[in-house]
Amino acid sequence: MSRLRNPWGRPRFLALITAGYILWSVVPVLLAIAFAFNNGRSRTTWQGFSFRWFTGETGSVLHDPALRDALGHTLLLAVICVAVATPLGVALALGLQRWRGRLSGSVNTLMLLPLVTPEIVMGIALLLLFLQVFGGIGLGTDAQAIGQITFTLSYVVVIVRGRLVSIGPEFEEAAADLGAPRRDQFFRVLLPLLAPAIVASAAVAFATSIDDFVVTQYLSSDASTTTVSMLLYSSARGAPTPALNAIATVNLAITLLTLVFAYLVYRRFAGRDEATAVAALEV
Amino acid sequence: MGSRWLWRLVALPGVAWLSVFFLCAFYAVLAVAFGNQDTLSQPVPHWNPLDWNVGYVLDMLDNFFSGGPFWTVSLRTVEFVAIAVALSLLIGYPVAYFTARHAGSWKGAILLALILPLWINYLMRMLAWINLLAPDGIGSDVLHSLGIERLFLSIGLLDEPGGWLNGQPITVVLALLYGYLPFFILPLFVAIDRIDSRQIDAARDLGASPLSAFLRVTLPLSVPGILAGSVLIALPMFGDYYTADLVSASTQTNMIGNQIDEFMRQGSEKVTGAALTLLLSAFLLVLMSYYLRTTRRAGTTAQTT
Repeated sequence: MSRLRNPWGRPRFLALITAGYILWSVVPVLLAIAFAFNNGRSRTTWQGFSFRWFTGETGSVLHDPALRDALGHTLLLAVICVAVATPLGVALALGLQRWRGRLSGSVNTLMLLPLVTPEIVMGIALLLLFLQVFGGIGLGTDAQAIGQITFTLSYVVVIVRGRLVSIGPEFEEAAADLGAPRRDQFFRVLLPLLAPAIVASAAVAFATSIDDFVVTQYLSSDASTTTVSMLLYSSARGAPTPALNAIATVNLAITLLTLVFAYLVYRRFAGRDEATAVAALEV
Repeated sequence: MGSRWLWRLVALPGVAWLSVFFLCAFYAVLAVAFGNQDTLSQPVPHWNPLDWNVGYVLDMLDNFFSGGPFWTVSLRTVEFVAIAVALSLLIGYPVAYFTARHAGSWKGAILLALILPLWINYLMRMLAWINLLAPDGIGSDVLHSLGIERLFLSIGLLDEPGGWLNGQPITVVLALLYGYLPFFILPLFVAIDRIDSRQIDAARDLGASPLSAFLRVTLPLSVPGILAGSVLIALPMFGDYYTADLVSASTQTNMIGNQIDEFMRQGSEKVTGAALTLLLSAFLLVLMSYYLRTTRRAGTTAQTT
């Protein structure tokens, strides 16, 4: 009898494990979000719905200087990071893709290394670099931005190269056959085809910067260089109010909106399957 | 100017950036670890390899091999990471397998749910559990009423009722599991999803039972995905200090990352910290090179197909 059973039937216990896993992975975060809207000082007992921890007169994300500044600094770093890492990464991806030489393999490995180096090692390496070599830059906003750019660069390269591979050389070759000068081949053919990947990589760089913790913490100087992640780390155990949940919720909303926007752009211009691949890009 | 040089020129800024802020930065760790310290225990790096002072690294190795505190911390770290990776496999494999093979029209939605945690700030996910496991938290209540708290108390995994966040190794391991499991499932899902179902059909046609087809076809073919996922989560776990800090806040559960963090950021024993960072990196280099090799191979096959 068992031989006749459909081997592709859905084993119930596997479905159960999957459903259980998804609930376990998402529900705690949903509860943390829910308590951001708690109308009371408790992060464990529900006292009614309110926006007081987002916009209230005292102790809210909008009006508490420490929270507001942390959010502002997080966004500032993310903007700098995107502005530098995107062009740098796009250029590196283009260069690496077409550079056929002995060194290109080593450069490729160098580009991938920041993705697999544990963040604490990178944080310490950069900390010592800024303390011992670039004392002029020192710790603080500049160092934090440089640190974030160093590893978001690799994400940009990986995404843009993926798109370069799927575009292939045909379009440029066709343009060349039709007599387009090399400048037009690049600016009027390749760059527009590459645009969705550039937008997606900028969004990933933005989201990665916002959620970064270790490198940002290691390269911070004083209270004015505190980011949301650092605030979550330093106050999670002692935080007196749900304002911490509120700022984490705002942080999450910004990250997810950025990624949804990038996903829609990519899907619109580059096709659905590839968009799923980009969305699946871990971290 | 030929195109040969044009593309090298285009790559140059990125290469220069990585050379300075990755390679030189790492060289600074070497120079500090193999350097000296002044009377205020500030590092005095030795930039010339010929002047390198191996004293601090040797001290560290000596402490490690004679069973000193670093041995204890390293052993605990390996233990925590090993258990967390094993549990990840136990939970992650069925989830990845179900999503790849049996999810049907639900596949897209489930995949989205699997990707979502990757984009939620790690510290927010820890904050969520800190809220839940506080003595008066919802999670503590649920664990209490389900009898899990009493079970853990009786087998010695929990010291006191409601004390989940007070230096409990079990909480650190479960927090690591919660934190990194999503990063494990995705590469595993990709590996299982890529398995050609005709190979499994062939095994069934040749008379293999579903179990035997799974054990002899699907499982061996998913081994690369299992290894990639394990390395991908083991690497950050070995450098993690914030998870233990947040959910335990006790030196009793210190991992190697906590030890390094105490030397480097909180205290001022930067030379000892750099020496320990160097030894950790040497250990992790094995895992990293394995992962880089497999991803590069996957990358080249993707390019040729």
